[in-house]
Amino acid sequence: MKTDVVIIGGGVIGTAIARELSRYRLDITLIEKEDDVAMGTSKGNSGIIHAGYDADFKTLKGKLNIKSNLKFDKLCADLKVPFKRIGSLVVGFNEKDFNKVKDLKVNGEKNGVKNLEIITGDKLFRLEANLNPQAKYALYAPSAGIISPYELTIALADNAVINGVKVLLETEAKDIIIEKGQTYGILTNKGLIETRVIINAAGLYADEMAKLIGEDFKIKPLKGEYRLFDKQWGSLVGHILFPIPTKLTKGILVAPTVHNNLLIGPNSYQVEEKDDLATTEVGINEVYSGARKLVLHLPHQDLVASFTGLRANIEGRDDFIIEPSKKVKGFINVAGIKSPGLSSAPAIAEMVSDILKEVAKEISPQLELNYKDNFTETLSDQPRFTEYADKIERWQEIIERDSDYGEIICRCEKVSKGEIIRAIHQPVPARSLDAIKRRTRAGMGRCQGGFCSPRVLRILSEELKISSLRVTKKGEGSEILTSKTKDMIKETGVKFKDEVRV
Amino acid sequence: MKLEYDLVIIGGGPAGLAVALEAEKNGVENILLLERDEYLGGILPQCIHNGFGLQYFKEELTGPEYADRFITQINNHKVDIKTETMVVKITPNKQIIALNRNDGLLCIKARAIVLAMGCRERTREAIAIAGSRPAGIFTAGTAQRYINIEGYMVGHEVIILGSGDIGMIMARRMTLEGAKVKAVLEIMPFSTGLIRNKVQCLDDFNIPLKFNHTITRIEGRKRVEKVTITQVDKNLQAIFGTEEEIHCDTILLSVGLIPENELTKEVGIRLDPVTGGPVVNENRETEMEGIFACGNVLQVHDLADYVSEEGEIVGRAVTKYLIGKRSYRLQSVKIIPGENIGYVVPQHIDFLVPDRKKIKLFMRVKKPEERVRINLIDDKGQCH
Repeated sequence: MKTDVVIIGGGVIGTAIARELSRYRLDITLIEKEDDVAMGTSKGNSGIIHAGYDADFKTLKGKLNIKSNLKFDKLCADLKVPFKRIGSLVVGFNEKDFNKVKDLKVNGEKNGVKNLEIITGDKLFRLEANLNPQAKYALYAPSAGIISPYELTIALADNAVINGVKVLLETEAKDIIIEKGQTYGILTNKGLIETRVIINAAGLYADEMAKLIGEDFKIKPLKGEYRLFDKQWGSLVGHILFPIPTKLTKGILVAPTVHNNLLIGPNSYQVEEKDDLATTEVGINEVYSGARKLVLHLPHQDLVASFTGLRANIEGRDDFIIEPSKKVKGFINVAGIKSPGLSSAPAIAEMVSDILKEVAKEISPQLELNYKDNFTETLSDQPRFTEYADKIERWQEIIERDSDYGEIICRCEKVSKGEIIRAIHQPVPARSLDAIKRRTRAGMGRCQGGFCSPRVLRILSEELKISSLRVTKKGEGSEILTSKTKDMIKETGVKFKDEVRV
Repeated sequence: MKLEYDLVIIGGGPAGLAVALEAEKNGVENILLLERDEYLGGILPQCIHNGFGLQYFKEELTGPEYADRFITQINNHKVDIKTETMVVKITPNKQIIALNRNDGLLCIKARAIVLAMGCRERTREAIAIAGSRPAGIFTAGTAQRYINIEGYMVGHEVIILGSGDIGMIMARRMTLEGAKVKAVLEIMPFSTGLIRNKVQCLDDFNIPLKFNHTITRIEGRKRVEKVTITQVDKNLQAIFGTEEEIHCDTILLSVGLIPENELTKEVGIRLDPVTGGPVVNENRETEMEGIFACGNVLQVHDLADYVSEEGEIVGRAVTKYLIGKRSYRLQSVKIIPGENIGYVVPQHIDFLVPDRKKIKLFMRVKKPEERVRINLIDDKGQCH
């Protein structure tokens, strides 16, 4: 196949770029090696839209974070992604911390962050009643917010697809074909895609993609572990609570999520493997003790989930790489996007679009970036049962239109069958239990799919018209079921070889 | 459909079924039973093993047979039944918001409500086992549903954590379907399930049961590949150096049941932090007038037979409540669990009830002990 632009990677950066470029009359293809978008760092992070006071104003991080922060209200309203600007507090306990808090404020103001305020004394506890009573100072940044990072990624991808972008899942880049110092195509496990422009947004694997064209930066992942508590605990804190940042990380935070869970984490340490998403006992304890510095009493008994994410940390560099390759024309690197990467995504996408305009001039006179007249900026509003909690009588109209919305499949998160079927058929379709979970929250709650997973599995099998044995948790190799039972074979016979155990 | 009932029962498992039958027998006419699954019986239809009914029917039945005894009866009685109907909210003035595909959204008024929603299984996340998150990790009940209801096997080489009854029964079930159950691990120094299940499900099939052991790590990217198991000390802490790796593709967890009281909490009914169920008096009436609870939503029972029995207590009590013959809770006696008693249900007993009969107290010990005496001591220190 042939296309104008290939984006490697369906994380928040790849999908944000895809959506941004879909404003133009371009043929765009996004490839993702996993069975869904948002499968890497975009699903394992704090889900914070930072105010932008951390990074130095001379860095890309410093510039892009503040620029992006202001865009989230409109972006999330357009894409129907839950986002809450609840504000953050960087909490200090002593004189040394106070100086750091003051430094952060100065830096933030240089970056252009508005309404930063240093809070002390009683006012601190009026703002945050459950804060550790020994806290003395805090930098209050009202413009910080919380978001569901994978829901944002999926929405960006859906919107890109509506605007003509092709998203190819389970498609892995194997090699880059170069002709006369210029990109010619990309070889994938599904075949060759001819393209003049390749945008490397491969996250943790961006170094390996760049290596294919002879560049040599190295990504050394930093692992971060998280714990998530039951929905009833989201209101334990009203803001995102950070400790004083170190040179390496912003530290272990305590924050509500947009779905009103309570989140603590992440710790930070280097790991060798890019798919090492294991939680560890040491890490669990580290996260707890870190969080306890901010909030003394955590609801241990109501733990719902633990997860990890890996930061795409470039060895020997503390800023994003967003630039055209110096070695091969038509190849643009968007690499090392660690925190505040999620917060910077919309501005990164715009920056890439500007770079592409320059690159296009260089490689091909035909490749011009002209706006389409029919770009659709928004996703349509889709009914979710939980969003009707205080206007529940209006859900009746929805059931009348489609009775699948009258059947609740996930009892913990109250997700209807209609919502699950919709997820299977949305622009970037859900094909696995985890993909359904990220789109609908079915299985995300306190029973962790104990009740609903057999039901969701059945719906997936029916809607995708595949054997139940082919339904996976997260792509090929993660099938849930292994064979039919003896009785089932007796009753229904064997249609496919894989239904019996060999 | 009718939207006003004297009695609405939430949950059509053994508890809800027993309440409906007993209340109807005692003269309550206007009863609605709401069930979220497509069939009645709760968890029983997937419990195809025997061992049910020995207490209640004095004969041995399978789970589906046991459920069928009640379901057949209820179909011959005047009880309205709505299956595949999910209750999403109840209010203190006893309105019930529910929905299903055919009727849509329902707002039902009740004079009395019985909570009989049962329980859910504790998950891998709740007990915080470290490691990766691949396919192949199931709670025992979910695996049981896949195998016995859906007709699909969930794995070949299995490790089971928890020697509760479901864990042991699933060890046998998986073995009978051709899987290799490599071990059942129990963190305590004793089995938490019935002795007959240990004999019939593990010993008879040569499945090793390892006491004082737990899983400390799960590995595998797409599907479970291996687990690390570790011995624990008296305080249930892992003993360094006793780690052992076992290759397997499936982990079943039978690590406890939690009463499902989300509706209860939301309406503002107080729960007992130990049972996880609502605080009730001897009629199993919660602290919100006219709302009762029974079965595993109140306390996790060892046998379905006990659940049915508790359902009947509520069936009778709710009848009295509806015809106005209830004791007013002016004063009540609080029951405080003593040494080695984990909890007692009911948590309090109404005072000055004229036609008082004997009251059974249900309790669970913290750890098993032999040759014990149970004392009931009043606030003046007198033994009864």
